[in-house]
Amino acid sequence: MLGSGAMTNTIRDIAEQADVIMLVGSNPEEAHPVIGMQLRAAVERGCRLIVVDPRDIGLARMADIHLKIRPGTNVAFANAMTNVLIKERLVDEGFVRNRTEGFEILAANVSEYTPEWAEDVCGIDRRDLIAAAKLFGQAQRASIVYCLGVTEHSTGTDGVMALSNIAMITGNLGKAGGGMNPLRGQNNVQGACDMGASPDDLPGYQKIWDDAARAKFEKAWGVSLSPKPGTKATECFPAMMDGRIRGLYLFGEDPVRTDPDTGHVIKALESLEFFVVEDLFMTETAKYADVILPGCSYAEKEGTFTNTERRVQRVRKAVDVVEGARPDTEIFTEVMNRMGYPQPLLTPAQIMDEIATLTPPYGGISHERLDSESVAGCGLQWPCPHAGHPGTPILHVGSFSRGVGSFSVPEYRPSAERPDWDYPFILMTGRVLYHYNAQAMTGRTPGLDEISSRSFIELNTSDALRLGIEDGGLVRVTSRRGSIETIARVSGKTNPGQVWMPFHFQDGNSNWLTNAALDSISKAPEYKVCAVSVTPVWRPE
Amino acid sequence: MIRLTVDGRTVEVPAGSTILDAVNAAGAHVPTLCHLKGNSPVASCRVCVVEVEGEPYPVPSCSTPARANMAVTTDSPQLLAWRRTALDLIIADHGLNSTNYCFSCEKNGACELQDVCRELGVESPSFPAREGKEPVLDSNPFLSYNPNLCIRCQRCVGACNEAACNHTLRASKHGLRTSIEAPFGEGWRQTDCESCGNCAQACPTGALVVKRREAYRSWETERVRTTCPHCGVGCQLDLVVRDGKIVDAEGAPGPSNRSLLCVKGRSGSFDFVSSEDRLTTPLVKNRETGEFEPATWDEALDLVARRFGELKGQYGGESLAAFACSRSTNEDVYLFQKMAHVALETNNIDSCARV
Repeated sequence: MLGSGAMTNTIRDIAEQADVIMLVGSNPEEAHPVIGMQLRAAVERGCRLIVVDPRDIGLARMADIHLKIRPGTNVAFANAMTNVLIKERLVDEGFVRNRTEGFEILAANVSEYTPEWAEDVCGIDRRDLIAAAKLFGQAQRASIVYCLGVTEHSTGTDGVMALSNIAMITGNLGKAGGGMNPLRGQNNVQGACDMGASPDDLPGYQKIWDDAARAKFEKAWGVSLSPKPGTKATECFPAMMDGRIRGLYLFGEDPVRTDPDTGHVIKALESLEFFVVEDLFMTETAKYADVILPGCSYAEKEGTFTNTERRVQRVRKAVDVVEGARPDTEIFTEVMNRMGYPQPLLTPAQIMDEIATLTPPYGGISHERLDSESVAGCGLQWPCPHAGHPGTPILHVGSFSRGVGSFSVPEYRPSAERPDWDYPFILMTGRVLYHYNAQAMTGRTPGLDEISSRSFIELNTSDALRLGIEDGGLVRVTSRRGSIETIARVSGKTNPGQVWMPFHFQDGNSNWLTNAALDSISKAPEYKVCAVSVTPVWRPE
Repeated sequence: MIRLTVDGRTVEVPAGSTILDAVNAAGAHVPTLCHLKGNSPVASCRVCVVEVEGEPYPVPSCSTPARANMAVTTDSPQLLAWRRTALDLIIADHGLNSTNYCFSCEKNGACELQDVCRELGVESPSFPAREGKEPVLDSNPFLSYNPNLCIRCQRCVGACNEAACNHTLRASKHGLRTSIEAPFGEGWRQTDCESCGNCAQACPTGALVVKRREAYRSWETERVRTTCPHCGVGCQLDLVVRDGKIVDAEGAPGPSNRSLLCVKGRSGSFDFVSSEDRLTTPLVKNRETGEFEPATWDEALDLVARRFGELKGQYGGESLAAFACSRSTNEDVYLFQKMAHVALETNNIDSCARV
């Protein structure tokens, strides 16, 4: 592991300087469209593209090689690619010698992951795998770009580690046009993690069990903090059912729509003794609350978002807060004061100043500096430890954040739920271009609904023919957890035995079906693989 | 580097630069119309012509490579006459009747053609003006194309093909008959158009516009530079505000988006702000009826503090959890986790990052 979960490079250096881009489990044309545009431009300037995805995503048409792997086999493919790179002597020996440790163990461990083996497990042609490894390994600058197709598995962390092995042995870290680049989902998911919205962390990934870090915050905040890590959100739902968690303050999320296994989430929320939701709208989740507090939108407040490149950029108030609602920081301050903690009411700029004093990567960031002519509207990329620091566009230049890069060798494990006689299809989920997550925002623009407003399921032509399903017909999709009806889209986009659904739409929400099996380390749910059956309900006229 | 002179001033520009780049580097000004930074030059408008010593005719500065020892002149009576004639021909072909001479055009006041005409003193066409009678393509929910106002500059073509690389919008025919095939007619659903609207942002006139413009005139608005609230790319955009309401969004030159936006950022990033169904009062559930009832802020906040306090007192802080929002600002999330640590006294803090 490299020590931090963020893009190592910038979108621009990848798009303009990479010789090869390997895109794994990511459909940026729909989920990160402006990156999609820049990747298309990269291919048009001559950059080679390897797409690793179970679906024929749009960029697969532009790819030199498309490895249409079976869902849930990222670790298998990546270990096999490492195997080929070592066998073909495409290892950057200088980089491995000077900047990494444990290469011999890696080489020994991946020796069994032969292309022949991967061919069966991943469902791909071994020649394509070897060609992809050679293309990547021979490039001067090769970048790995990945997204939730890697992480949203019960083996998601393993998938990331297996990919970073490829980047390390080929020496593609710490240079322009290279890197390990997760495309973060939400506008500020990077920032939310940076700010310590995590049960293990204080702001800036300072560990709650680290005495020195805790002492710093205890002194600044004037309280004592428990060193015991908290419960991760996805594990909180079972904890609500068995009474370990009795009260929940939910700020701007809609887990009834967005979390896996909807039925289970509702039961958990119903068993809470006290449940507060702060949101802009009456969401599906808010319906289960005891108190709903109206907060305000990004356009009604000052602040910052941190993008997927670690770039901290300004959010500015465009309109007044809607009458009756209040700025969220004001609400939190009120709650703190009423619970006996003396928190002064601070402006967002003052809050950022407090962040900077306690969070080393943000140490040089302030609203004043972000608004200054020297930053020129380009934001600042953390780590930015002091006010004279220009920010860090590319991580790991010269050395890793943890000194020497160590290889960890994940073993391939199959997904938690595999297709069987009763549920013969693998269901994957994802985004479409025209909507965002639970549509709290995009669902309120009528034109977007005009383009795309209904749930659907993509399935392979041969499966459809066998089951008597026609394009545009209504089908019933059932998993061990739930059952929904949706419209069939029949094509060759997915392989036989695999189906795909968007997760935005409330008519046929795929999360009634998805599995809450969690990754053993990150506790991310396995949205990308669950077993379902598909049966026709009616055919189109 | 290439060394040349612009209006007698010596400048150096990198190899591959155009005369226009050199003019800009020299701090001089030539008017442009069809030029769009970053895209291949089309050089159709001839408004940016300059004189180069030794050349018999003026040359378009946007498409002519800068060469060593060139002597460029950007301003002369002869150049002004050339530029005026070029504009005169363009506005004769601009379908002025279809907007009652700009009066009913949505881009009135924000039109680059208007600006350049004003700069060069061209007030009306001296050639017979073309009557624009072609149908407007406006089936797409966000974008429309009025061929009568098109000046064939092809900036939209560059935006779609070279910037967004979507290759949906194209030019057909040549010269005077050049026409834009915009995918906004009846068959729009069958095209690969992503409705990103980068073409509309590129259009200098009212020919290819976002339909939002119907709701405002540019001089009634102010702009606020901010960051898009959807995905993690961090596109910079300008929210266009009229009378305290956001009416439009435009791409701004941020480092990760370079003025590009997608359909969600341009068209789906602000309607929700003024949506009728925004919550405007705290709500407290009546445990007997199961219905929500409006409450004052004091009532609601007191209840929140009291109930969390009771649970904390009885079962400890670890019986409470706080989930933050990955869509909200750093400042919000920081203060939220601080509240969880210091007031709820729990480490059960997480965000939707995991899901």
